[in-house]
Amino acid sequence: MSADIALNENKTKPPKKEKYYVQTIRRVLKNKLAVFGIIIIFIQVILAIFAPLLVNYGPYVQDLSQTKLGIGAEGHFLGTDNYGRDMWSRLVYGARISLIVGLAAVGIGLIGGIALGLISGYYKKLDGIIMRIVDLLFAFPGILLAMLIIAMLGTSLVNVVIAISIWSIPGCARIVRGSVLSVKKQEYILAMKSVGASDIRIIFKHILPNCTAPIIVFATMRMATAILSTAALSFLGLGAQPPTPEWGAMIAAGQDFMWDAPHMSIIPGIAIMLTVFAFNVVGDGLRDALDPNMNLDM
Amino acid sequence: MIGLIVRRFIQLLLLLLGISFLVFMSMHLAPGDPATVIGGPTATASDLEAIRKDLGLDRPVLVQYVDYLGGILHGDFGYSFQTNQSVSDAIITRFPNTLKLATASMVVAVIIGIIAGILSAMKQNSWIDISSTTFALAGVSIPNFWLGTMLILIFAVNLQWLPVGGLSSPIYTIEGMKQLILPAITLGTASAALIARMCRSAMLEVIKSDYIRTARAKGVKQKSVIWIHALRNAMIPVVTVIGINFGGLLGGTIITEQVFAINGVGRLMIDAIAARDFPVVQGTVLLVAAIFVIVNLIVDIIYAFIDPRISYD
Repeated sequence: MSADIALNENKTKPPKKEKYYVQTIRRVLKNKLAVFGIIIIFIQVILAIFAPLLVNYGPYVQDLSQTKLGIGAEGHFLGTDNYGRDMWSRLVYGARISLIVGLAAVGIGLIGGIALGLISGYYKKLDGIIMRIVDLLFAFPGILLAMLIIAMLGTSLVNVVIAISIWSIPGCARIVRGSVLSVKKQEYILAMKSVGASDIRIIFKHILPNCTAPIIVFATMRMATAILSTAALSFLGLGAQPPTPEWGAMIAAGQDFMWDAPHMSIIPGIAIMLTVFAFNVVGDGLRDALDPNMNLDM
Repeated sequence: MIGLIVRRFIQLLLLLLGISFLVFMSMHLAPGDPATVIGGPTATASDLEAIRKDLGLDRPVLVQYVDYLGGILHGDFGYSFQTNQSVSDAIITRFPNTLKLATASMVVAVIIGIIAGILSAMKQNSWIDISSTTFALAGVSIPNFWLGTMLILIFAVNLQWLPVGGLSSPIYTIEGMKQLILPAITLGTASAALIARMCRSAMLEVIKSDYIRTARAKGVKQKSVIWIHALRNAMIPVVTVIGINFGGLLGGTIITEQVFAINGVGRLMIDAIAARDFPVVQGTVLLVAAIFVIVNLIVDIIYAFIDPRISYD
């Protein structure tokens, strides 16, 4: 009898509600392009982490007797460059550089952007001045702002990270501010205020968690921009310097050998394109999964 | 409308002032002494002092800024540390190439983007739509410096149909047109992709609206529905994307000029950054940023003209 009652209770129980992030992941995984993007990013992360185990030669090891070998050459399946360095090795280590630079630049940019966006959205008095600074930074085409910062700091990969971080701040600040403005009008925030909760508690415990969806999408898409911009700046000679195995710098180095060794430019270019494509489609998928009407004015 | 233009114009002036201040201060906060760059490694302390005095670098920074601003208003952007050439002259000589490249790229982007977007929306889920969407996704992911390199490899090195680079011939000559094709495609592809994407979604939204259904119910031909009724409303967000992209294209010319060895403002800027030639960096950055915000203002005004419902209050 008691077993029957227990059974009936189980039957009448409402189905367990899936957590929000599980629902989001499920929705993203329904998007075929996003899944393709996730696979590419996963492969790149594996390459970056296990780089030393995946190559037979170091990325800087030269063999002047084996220069400009084409794709499929014995011992160098992606060929070699003009110094006889293994292209596969340089590509794998390049993946590591791209991911580290992208993560660092986007991470720093997010910290700055979130802080400014939260302050601007929450404190009305500071909103005007912060948003004017943001408008000023928006007045530069992105790559130009990065170049201005590099002109100021000098050419190096670290300075590229700083430049792309600063470039990311205004976009993130604007998105976070927009979210804060809509969240802070909610009744539960007014209730928190009325019971005397501190601003810090309200901002970090109640407002920020409600702004995460647009921040995640922004960060994913920004990774694509950061990787592309790092490569572009290195291509122009303003970022990574030779012999660093950075993809943009590798394309620049290959330009002089397009006649007899086009693979030197083709291979890193495909790597950049695939990586940027992957982050873009994952960003698109996340946006659709989190909120199809999300407006990301970057 | 006049109120809007006046208000936007005042905002533009303030923004330009802010840009000039930011650019000027960035160069002054940069580590390194311009006097050392000009004087070279052999300059003595007294030589350096004389150079600083000559350039007015011994005065307070704000005085230097006001002086610089006054110079800009008279078209004087200072002199290059490297060549001692007037920055204004260097920019004037090279700007036509940059403008040619940005305009040609925009033309390529608008033509390809709008046609691809409309066809894609009209034939939703067909092979045209799939190809167009794939192009749009690939277009924004391809690094333009790599695309340029590949186009050179295919069309200049292997097929030898088009020149490798340069933009020396006048645009109205066949050679001039040929020189412009590859750089314009290189620079215009990403913008074409964005325009196609925006045009497709805008058209799909408009096509589903009630007034289009009414027009169809009244027996209006499909061509008229698309080209007369739907396109104008669908163009509103597309115009914004086009305008914003034109500013972005000016930034993009910096890279494309380098790939195709075009003597434009972008190449001037990169050479100046590498040589830490601050007056040239200041002048070129200021010019590109100013054009960017002016184009955005024009887009805002066009936007209000196209759609009278828009209010900027």
